[in-house]
Amino acid sequence: MKNICFYFQIHQPERLKRYRFFEIGQDHYYYDDFQNNENIRRLAEQSYLPANQTIAEMIRSSNGKFKCAFSISGVTLEQLQRFSPEVIDSFKELAATGSVEFLAEPYAHSLASVFDEEEFQSQVKMHSDLIHSLFGKKPSVFRNAALIYSDDIGEAVLKMGYKTILIEEAKHVMGWKSPNYMYSHSYLNKLKILVRNIKLSEDIFMRFSNPSWNEYPLTAEKFVDKIAATSADEKIFNVWMGYESLGVVQPEHTGIFNFFKAIPYHAMEREIGFALPSEIAKANEITGNLTVPFPSSWWGHEKDLSPWKGNDLQNEALEKLYQVSERVRMSKDKPLLQDWLHLQTSDHFRYMSHKEAYGSNYESPYDAFVNYMNVLADFLERVKMQFPSSIDNEELNGLLKTITQQGKTIELLEQELDKLKAKKAKQQKE
Amino acid sequence: MKVLMFGWEFPPHILGGLGTASYGLTRGMAEQNDMELVFVIPKPHGDEDQSFLKIIGACNVPVVWKNNNWDYVNQKIGNVMHPDEYFWLRDGIKYDFSRIYTNELGCINFSGKYPENLIEEISNYEAVASVLAHQMHFDVIHSHDWLTYPAGAFAKQISGKPLVIHVHATDFDRSRGNVNPTVYSIEKRGMDIADHIITVSNLTRNTVIEKYHQDPRKVTTVHNAVEPLQDADSFTKTERKDKIVTFLGRITMQKGPEYFVEAAHRVLQKTDGVRFVMAGSGDMMNAMIELAAERGIADKFHFTGFLKGRQVHEMLAESDVYMMPSVSEPFGISPLEAMQVGTPSIISKQSGCAEILTHAIKTDYWDIDAMADAIYGIVKYPAMYESMRNLGRDEVNNIKWYDAGLKVRAIYNSVLGW
Repeated sequence: MKNICFYFQIHQPERLKRYRFFEIGQDHYYYDDFQNNENIRRLAEQSYLPANQTIAEMIRSSNGKFKCAFSISGVTLEQLQRFSPEVIDSFKELAATGSVEFLAEPYAHSLASVFDEEEFQSQVKMHSDLIHSLFGKKPSVFRNAALIYSDDIGEAVLKMGYKTILIEEAKHVMGWKSPNYMYSHSYLNKLKILVRNIKLSEDIFMRFSNPSWNEYPLTAEKFVDKIAATSADEKIFNVWMGYESLGVVQPEHTGIFNFFKAIPYHAMEREIGFALPSEIAKANEITGNLTVPFPSSWWGHEKDLSPWKGNDLQNEALEKLYQVSERVRMSKDKPLLQDWLHLQTSDHFRYMSHKEAYGSNYESPYDAFVNYMNVLADFLERVKMQFPSSIDNEELNGLLKTITQQGKTIELLEQELDKLKAKKAKQQKE
Repeated sequence: MKVLMFGWEFPPHILGGLGTASYGLTRGMAEQNDMELVFVIPKPHGDEDQSFLKIIGACNVPVVWKNNNWDYVNQKIGNVMHPDEYFWLRDGIKYDFSRIYTNELGCINFSGKYPENLIEEISNYEAVASVLAHQMHFDVIHSHDWLTYPAGAFAKQISGKPLVIHVHATDFDRSRGNVNPTVYSIEKRGMDIADHIITVSNLTRNTVIEKYHQDPRKVTTVHNAVEPLQDADSFTKTERKDKIVTFLGRITMQKGPEYFVEAAHRVLQKTDGVRFVMAGSGDMMNAMIELAAERGIADKFHFTGFLKGRQVHEMLAESDVYMMPSVSEPFGISPLEAMQVGTPSIISKQSGCAEILTHAIKTDYWDIDAMADAIYGIVKYPAMYESMRNLGRDEVNNIKWYDAGLKVRAIYNSVLGW
């Protein structure tokens, strides 16, 4: 049986406010609450809420046969909790149906997988804990920020216990291979890889309402027919996109919601089912392995890391940021750790790109860079103030260990002392 | 295609950006094989580059019939014009201009500058245009800036050939809105008569449409370009302890020098190791010296006075940041020149060149916080400087006069119905 695997990404960076250099050292709040509030509320109203309603209806009308997966970044969940908690409730309702699955990802939608494995692990754990506390289930399938993937990242992901990962249908990865099969990691065949079907995905989020497209108008029937027309051994159809495709990228008046609502009926008519990524991974055989020495992603034409680290500006910002990661992790300062996460959100770096700054709230990549660097300069000052800079990381780590373990050590020593005292008393008695 | 162009300045003797733009554009146009350009200026010095066009000095064109023999004419103006040409042009005198003061050859003495009696000089230029229009063969007339609109308009009336006028600036730019009614009327009349209007930016195009009430269909933007700098590598940057931020241009109201001083003040409040240079001269220079002193930054704020020729590029190349906070700049060639020698530029959004530059920082002219922030970013973050330096240079090197020339050609073709 052919299965469609729908998966939607929900991610919005916490946007930085205009932060001039003369505020460095004076102002430690970096976020544009007004803009973030407005952005989240607008998306909730135009996309998340009506889309959730649509999905719920699809699940109901198909008797739970329709299924889909979501990945919601930690920084977005935080914003939703603050600005639009009804969206969280609505996701909880979807979670209760059992027909949706939440995927794991780094909490801050960061590039930690590329720059700092320890940070990567800690963020994935943080995110998984948050998903568990909100929706009652720990994720079992992993997807990286922007589907960034390489052999090394795959290895790190498997080490964390995830056995399935989602990646992009990038030419330099797939070559002639079809995304409609399941693959495995280059040398670790325990890690299963699902690949996005670009054509089917883009048909919806990019071309759905484009009248100059030769397949316009796209109906649910046509969409499903395309899948039905594939050869019998092609069983997996991964249709993945940003959730804003429903209602914002393709506004309501294009008929996008009705298009989705009609999909289950037509699919079932052609005996095409729906499956969650975890179910797909269980039900299918591995066809072959994929070797990915250089990271791939789902952004841009090159489908690589160039949207985030493709120019001098981005490289400098990333370097300065990840230089202090070890120090920051040693700190216990909550606001500092919170800012550390938000400053890692990959969008900040993409806004510095000369070619992929889509959705940027800055006038130019330079504007984005200057603003970010000013914020970062303040942040770095705060990191410096945590610990004296004359002590290097290793020594500091040792000292911190001593401090955190001093209670235990004292206890141990006291126990020993008691023992000795008792012994002595005994000896004296004798 | 034969073009009769009226201009006011031509290198090497130039007073402002008009001469540079005239030169660049004609040079770019001359690369088209069938383009024949005759460029009229009030007073040539004889050392102009005539390899790609012919220059006629209005001061050598007779407007009043005087009897002279060949040898005398040769002795008088032989170095800039062949006597035969003088006699041939003399046949084009059809009107009585004896009210105008002329010399023994029947020619008018033009200053070729921007003298007190500019309006008179402009109307004298019209007289010259009438002679040329009667005698010469051309397909189209092209007038550069308001000083030459009346000449172009008169030539059109006489010859019936289409007139294209090129708006390098309007009086609204020069005066921050307080226009001189005489100048406005000359500009407006020129635009009304023109068959097509070329503006150097969309900013100017909007001014022409809104303030001069022109039909938008008649107004086309052809952005200026920049001549490749042959010896770009000969300008070096000396290693210095302090970073240098430069303002270069006329120190007048139009250029927004006070915003530069205020931005400097902002930066210096927080940072060491930055110096500011205001190069150029103008009627607001003394006021700026006072302002810098008042803000208490005079020790880090320097004035160079007027720079010319090679000094300009040297100053730009020595700078770490070039800033042009113009309140209203029809185009503004200097940021492009700065970028040619690898100096990152900050320009006001009210500058026409902002429309074609990506690797420059654009801020509102009044937004001193944004300017200060951009200066800080460039001097403090090496990646920013390197990025703007390299990408900016590549960008500017690809803005070519040849392409601008092709757009002008397309406009000629359309007014001629070719």
